[in-house]
Amino acid sequence: MFINFFFDLKQASLPVSLKEYLMLMEAMNKRVVDSFNVNDFYYLSRSALVKDERYLDKFDRVFGHSFKGLENPEGETTKEIPEEWLKLMGQKYLTDEEKKMIESLGGWDKLMETLKQRLEEQKKRHQGGSKWIGTGGTSPFGAYGYNPEGIRIGQKEGKNKKAVKVWDKREFSNLDGDVELGTRNIKIALRRLRKFAREGAETELDLDNTIKSTAHKGYIDVKMMPERRNKIKVLLFFDVGGSMDAHVKICEELFSAARTEFKHMEYFYYHNCLYDAVWKDNNRRYNDNIKTWDVLHTYPSDYKVIFVGDAEMSPYEITYPGGSVEFWNEESGETWLTRMLNVYENAIWLNPIPERYWDRIASTSIIKQIFSDRMFPLTIEGIDQAMRELNK
Amino acid sequence: MKFEGTSSYIATEDLKVAVNAAITLERPIIVKGEPGTGKTMLAHEVAKSLNAEIITWHIKSTTKAQQGLYEYDAVTRLRDSQLGDEKVKDIKNYISKGKLWNAFESDKRPVLLIDEIDKADIEFPNDLLLELDKMEFFVYETGETIKAQNRPIVIITSNNEKELPDAFLRRCFFHYIKFPDPNTMEEIVEVHYPDIKKDLIQEAFKIFYDIREVPGIKKKPSTSELIDWLKLLMTDDVDAKILREKDPKKLIPPLHGALLKNEQDVHLFERLAFISRRENENVE
Repeated sequence: MFINFFFDLKQASLPVSLKEYLMLMEAMNKRVVDSFNVNDFYYLSRSALVKDERYLDKFDRVFGHSFKGLENPEGETTKEIPEEWLKLMGQKYLTDEEKKMIESLGGWDKLMETLKQRLEEQKKRHQGGSKWIGTGGTSPFGAYGYNPEGIRIGQKEGKNKKAVKVWDKREFSNLDGDVELGTRNIKIALRRLRKFAREGAETELDLDNTIKSTAHKGYIDVKMMPERRNKIKVLLFFDVGGSMDAHVKICEELFSAARTEFKHMEYFYYHNCLYDAVWKDNNRRYNDNIKTWDVLHTYPSDYKVIFVGDAEMSPYEITYPGGSVEFWNEESGETWLTRMLNVYENAIWLNPIPERYWDRIASTSIIKQIFSDRMFPLTIEGIDQAMRELNK
Repeated sequence: MKFEGTSSYIATEDLKVAVNAAITLERPIIVKGEPGTGKTMLAHEVAKSLNAEIITWHIKSTTKAQQGLYEYDAVTRLRDSQLGDEKVKDIKNYISKGKLWNAFESDKRPVLLIDEIDKADIEFPNDLLLELDKMEFFVYETGETIKAQNRPIVIITSNNEKELPDAFLRRCFFHYIKFPDPNTMEEIVEVHYPDIKKDLIQEAFKIFYDIREVPGIKKKPSTSELIDWLKLLMTDDVDAKILREKDPKKLIPPLHGALLKNEQDVHLFERLAFISRRENENVE
């Protein structure tokens, strides 16, 4: 009877294996808990099947689903546009040029008002057409449509990639380090970034010195030395969400490879451009973020910095205060990037978008300029070059 | 053999089930959780309640798996051979037993605590896979196989600094100690200080949970820090009224050093104390 439960767990992509299932069966067989008590069974199965607190929540949902038929593990999330976002939009600072563009629809306030109105009017899913919020079409609202000052709602992957604000309450999937396939090449490329040094406890036999010292003293005199270790220290910054969704796989691979390759590695997430805060866990990014100042103050300047991102956004997300698509940033992304580069001499940007497109995207050119041309494509060859650059 | 918590350790229901499963199935259990939630304590308490010997192996960044089994001191032997020491003839004199060996040898089923396994090298858990699975290992120098007489109860703690390999995790039970809710916390405090004044607890708890709620606090105080703080409050015989102090000049309650471990947090705390007291005034 538990087989179904096991397959449910598998289906919800929890990393459960046959061994763990058998372990659970063995425990049931040995009457570790009273099998009539659901609570105890829940504790037991959780302890036997889940090995990381990341999966606890998912496990709970699958368990509820399998044994009580409570709800679907995927859970439908209702999407609502919060009032304050609408307000924030109104305050948005734009350049003259952009203001003119917005005039075509009667200005920001009008745009917001119309949007809100239409959201209320509209109840069903809509596709095509030029007025309603939906997908495709030329209305400034909705996804997959084209209108220069369009507002993107509920869209998974950017199509025209020009929306002023991203309104999706997307699930920013945390990059996980489990992906092993295809990381070998990346690891080898990352290996270029190595600086060996002997530091710490003396644990290795220093043969040369021992021979020398023995000859000198006339009896065996063993000399030890510390182990040789890679002392490179790395800060990794990953762009997540939005247009980066298309590049998740390669980023995961890079992350996984970097994690095994560098002993001293810290990673952070950001969205589109670096602003006053970064975060380490996407699920808690709004509550548990880390001030960029703290990052700058915590890690000494001998850390090497790697940014990973497609650098594809509206140019004013970099150059203007308040340009961020998600919140009101007091200082522009450019200011923050420059600050970062002032602290860390060795910094590069890895871009998953092929190099030939870079010149055509305004924001990419700007970032490339800020990084004084130290932008490399996220390919094996690009990583290779990037690591040489970092080693300089 | 069943673990039911002890008079000095409050174990939640799920923790008991996990520990008992590990004891019955003779498999290791991995315990994770915020620092100070009693991960290491658990092993000591399990040993106490089962009346078993506890063998602790503290892991450091330089710890190698082999050190847990045995170490062969070739250097000393070489030196002794130069000096013509009699000891040199028996290789056993130069093999020092590790913690795992000690645990395997034990006559009565012991508790083996492998503390902070995540501090070691990333390959460390993999190197112990077979040893923990089969509970035996081979000593190359003497050609003997050491097999556990009684499979020890293995409790492994991790602070999540490194991820543990899947193959290793598959062989273990797992438990994540949640941060205790106020009710459990009250039980925990009562176990430690049965004669503490009720009103002191209430005031102290309010401050404690308030601090934990503050967004951006660098180091959240943990259970063990709360216990320390209460102990200090009790030895100094601080009155609950002082904790409720309204004079803005004395906003920081006495002995806060036990709870807050850096100056930014102290500063945050000052602000928080000010706000929470203002709220109190409004209520009254």
